[in-house]
Amino acid sequence: MLDKIYLIPFLPGLGALLLGLFGPRYIREKSHWIACTTLGLSFLFSVVAFFELLQLPAAERSLEVILYQWIEVGQFKASLGFQIDPLSVVMLLVVTGVGFLIHIYSIGYMHGEKGYARFFTYLNLFAFSMLILVLANNFLLLFVGWEAVGLCSYLLIGYWFEKHSASEAGKKAFLVNRVGDFGFALAVMLIFATFGTISFTEVFHRAPEASVGVLTAITLLLFMGACGKSAQIPLYVWLPDAMEGPTPVSALIHAATMVTAGIYMIARTHILFSLAPFTLSLIAIIGAATALFAATIALVQNDIKRILAYSTISQLGYMFMALGVGAFTAGIFHLMTHAFFKALLFLGAGSVMHALSGELDIRKMGGLARHIPKTAITFVIAAIAIAGIPPLAGFWSKDEILWSAFHSGNTLVWALGALTVLMTAFYMFRLVFQVFYGKSRVVPEVAHHIHESPSVMTYPLMILAFLSIIGGFVGIPPGRGAFHSFLSPVFGEHGETHSLASLGGGLGLEYIMMFISVLLGAAGIGIAYLFYIKNPQLPGRLAKSLAVPYKILLNKYFVDEFYSRTLVRPGIRLANFFRRFDQVIIDGIVNGVSQLTVFTSFLSKLFDDHFVDGFVNDVGDGIAGFGRRVRRFQTGLVQNYALYIVLGVAAMLTIFLLR
Amino acid sequence: MNFPILTTIAFLPLVGAILLIFVHKSQSTQIKYIANTFAIGDFLLSLYLIPNFKTDTHLLQFVEKVPWIQSLGVSYHLGIDGISFLLILLTTLLGAIAILSAWTAIEERVKEFYIFMLLLQTGMLGVFMAMDFFLFYIFWEVMLIPMYFLIGVWGGERKLYAAIKFFLYTLFGSVLMLLGILALYFLNHSATGVYTFAIPELLKLNVPLNLQFWIFLAFFIGFAIKVPLFPFHTWLPDAHVEAPTAGSIILAGVLLKMGTYGFVRFNLPLFPEASRSFVPLMAVLAIIGIIYGALVAMAQKDMKRLVAYSSVSHLGFVMLGIFALNVQGIEGGILQMINHGLATGALFLMVGLLYERRHTRMISEFGGLSKQMPIFATFFLIITLSSIALPGLNGFVGEFLILVGVFKANIIYAVFASSGIVLGAAYMLWLYQRTMFGGLDNPKNQVLKDLNLREIATLVPIIILIFWIGLYPAPFLRTMHASVNHLLQQMSPEERVERIETREYWESLESIRSIESTESVESIENGDLLLEDRE
Repeated sequence: MLDKIYLIPFLPGLGALLLGLFGPRYIREKSHWIACTTLGLSFLFSVVAFFELLQLPAAERSLEVILYQWIEVGQFKASLGFQIDPLSVVMLLVVTGVGFLIHIYSIGYMHGEKGYARFFTYLNLFAFSMLILVLANNFLLLFVGWEAVGLCSYLLIGYWFEKHSASEAGKKAFLVNRVGDFGFALAVMLIFATFGTISFTEVFHRAPEASVGVLTAITLLLFMGACGKSAQIPLYVWLPDAMEGPTPVSALIHAATMVTAGIYMIARTHILFSLAPFTLSLIAIIGAATALFAATIALVQNDIKRILAYSTISQLGYMFMALGVGAFTAGIFHLMTHAFFKALLFLGAGSVMHALSGELDIRKMGGLARHIPKTAITFVIAAIAIAGIPPLAGFWSKDEILWSAFHSGNTLVWALGALTVLMTAFYMFRLVFQVFYGKSRVVPEVAHHIHESPSVMTYPLMILAFLSIIGGFVGIPPGRGAFHSFLSPVFGEHGETHSLASLGGGLGLEYIMMFISVLLGAAGIGIAYLFYIKNPQLPGRLAKSLAVPYKILLNKYFVDEFYSRTLVRPGIRLANFFRRFDQVIIDGIVNGVSQLTVFTSFLSKLFDDHFVDGFVNDVGDGIAGFGRRVRRFQTGLVQNYALYIVLGVAAMLTIFLLR
Repeated sequence: MNFPILTTIAFLPLVGAILLIFVHKSQSTQIKYIANTFAIGDFLLSLYLIPNFKTDTHLLQFVEKVPWIQSLGVSYHLGIDGISFLLILLTTLLGAIAILSAWTAIEERVKEFYIFMLLLQTGMLGVFMAMDFFLFYIFWEVMLIPMYFLIGVWGGERKLYAAIKFFLYTLFGSVLMLLGILALYFLNHSATGVYTFAIPELLKLNVPLNLQFWIFLAFFIGFAIKVPLFPFHTWLPDAHVEAPTAGSIILAGVLLKMGTYGFVRFNLPLFPEASRSFVPLMAVLAIIGIIYGALVAMAQKDMKRLVAYSSVSHLGFVMLGIFALNVQGIEGGILQMINHGLATGALFLMVGLLYERRHTRMISEFGGLSKQMPIFATFFLIITLSSIALPGLNGFVGEFLILVGVFKANIIYAVFASSGIVLGAAYMLWLYQRTMFGGLDNPKNQVLKDLNLREIATLVPIIILIFWIGLYPAPFLRTMHASVNHLLQQMSPEERVERIETREYWESLESIRSIESTESVESIENGDLLLEDRE
């Protein structure tokens, strides 16, 4: 399998091609067969690849399969080549596995939609692009996948393109990402200029040769790209709006896979980052700040999907925190567990929407656990997992991150992370209680139709719930689990979380930290219970007494408004200014020159008419006038001529004689 | 001598045009068939070059050389190398597409229209093939006339203004270029005693520095107007908006490339030192073009104007790549000429398809077309993405190579130029959103027909190339390696030593300036001074 690794991305690619060409006309409501089969096969192959890789000795678990030379100009070479190592295999399993479940779920969720074939085309195209991204063996090919997943995101956010807000959100996502890509593209150029190659292996091999300054510049630029794709401050603004897309898309692209591309990319290039301590500490701080910032917004939102979107931003912040403190394995670990429970949360939210005819506002829900028990149970499992309660998946990965932050001496980062644990648990259970428990606030017309989703939707939920429960066990004991030893060939020492074993005396300390984070999580759940079950009036009163902060949070710190005022609108004004400048000044000069020429020619015409031609005419007139006068002599009468002759002879004689 | 394939390719359209003269104008269907046969036939004929083109040599290929006006040293001399090879294929392809696209769009003076289109085709092919300056100049001017009529006769409301502006502006530039050519011609004579317009001969000259600057500038004006480089670009939006669709396709797809082609073919190897010294000026103008063009495009209300300004931005990239003066920049630049021809040609085609249906190009008139015209929307999306250089499509390969080349040459330029990545996406996606997405509210749009088979046929070859170049550009890039490397070698100082020294002749000429034979050189200087006054 390993030498045919290209089958894994190309199968969904083929699916997208077939669906794109024949989907809307011929395949239509059977489109999911192609989409699910191709991705299902990819998943199977990924599993095979995983086991084949396990067969190899740990040191040899890194292979490259090069299909052909993609671009070659002078020294600049980029191949279409794939790299298989434990890191890419983990990503393969997550992308194809979770992706496959979401594909299956979509069969039910998208049933009867007009653009059914189009939806699965894009979904397959996404899987193809994402798999190229995680398998690429060089920076440029990674960039191809990077941009292509962005395109799929654009297309799927704008899936209901007739809705203005949807197409607007799609465009926003693409453009904000492009700002990040600007950094990424420059990073690739700088890498080429520095190392003369863009292949991962060669760049990493030569990394120590470069100066810290250059490496810092490269990593900062790469991080800029990651900020866009993985929605970190200040480029996170597109992700909440991306919720305009269909819910399976939010689960797959905007929670489980695509948004983690930034984390994957940094983990993949960790050798460069490890040599640039400044960038790493910046990443840790941005990650922690984003985690907290997004969590505070999530506290007060009322749109079920937007709460989850801010939660995603916040969780991605955790992953960056891990990368920033050098705990690469922990970052990837959290990436994986997050993919399980966040996909589950989104799919659960989709199931809720399905039951409530598309309702998104959690104030119009409540008491749903009775009607849609399967959705409710799986959703609660996911909520416990994300809240960091043991022994569910989220606990292990999140705790490892917090411990790494604390242990590496980034106490501030740890404190922000710990505070975020409290908030995460609170907003998650606020959501759970508002949606599934308490009194029903569902609009009566909708209330009649409440129904559990079909099993094609609930089975994926259950599988993901199972993964959310057990997904963390591969990371036990913390820092030394199977997951870590599997990834250790990639990250080596860098990836090792500073585990209890290596510390000896730190054992007690790590247990204390663990206890604190569980306590914070439980406290968050407790407060949510107090607010939304025990005393439902409390939140309203609190909002009133804290009106100003509440308003700021509700309006997401007015960041969108700020960007609109300082960037978007001035940009459009500048464009309009330049349009007029072009018309009036630049084209004005051109027209002015032509008018000047016309004017000059007019002047020369005047001159020509009155002076040059005037003179010619005067000469002519003079001659004519003279002629007129002379004409009189020519009368044609013989006697006159005789007279002239006589006069002439007389005159001549006179002159002659007088001489 | 072998079969004169280049002559056949270049003049086959002319034969078609002459044939059309003998067809009565009432038989418009027959006229269309004849014109299309010749255009497509010419394209198919040009495919013959592909298997026979040798990629491992920089030498001219398929050379034809016949003495023409011997007393002046003019010869009929054609030949192609890696720099012109792809451009010729692009020309025959876009020519065929443009002619096919006009099937229903042109209803008046059908016969004359096709005659001009075919004539134009011959002129353009000749420009890319000519290896004699005199011949080059003739083709260069021949091309102007049919374009002038295409805009002036089949154009929109302000067609006369646009046509005259196009004609005069271009003519102004080409006259300066002619002076530059003559200067080289006389310089060569004074150094070697031979009168010749042969480009390969003139390339052997080591032109003295101060003269290099002047002739560079003379060529610069000629080519910069054609590119068009900021601030010489304002003829372009007018010409595009007024030109009929087929004219716009050719104008954007091929004609603009003659400017950039001229820089690569003439300015760089003839005046290497001047080229190097002018890099800052060229780079700054190119970068202004990239950013300014994109911003102005964003503010347009007319689709065709928007696409026209996007050309200013894209051609800025090409120019920047060329003046990176390294292999990535120049090859990226040449590839980007092809890419821009494909993408922008196709964009004009698509705008034309909408115009044919709705008789308006105002963006605000459209919206929600994805629903009514899904096939159109799909094609439009792919072309939009190609235009914004999405990786995996052709635009990316060219743009990225350019940026890599520029980055190697100067980081600051690369950073500024890269901002085009964001701006380019902004105006194109906004255009796409406003026309294709949203509700299908305008009743006039609710009855629009999706593309028919002929229309799809005009687009499919472009789409195939967009993917092909994007996914596997190697065969395309391979055609240029040898020629571009040779070009860079020609520019290297070591190689200059081997060239024919002309400085002493030049200095002796300068010292006896009053002698009449230097008139031409003086007039260049005067010409340039005049020009600076105007700017």
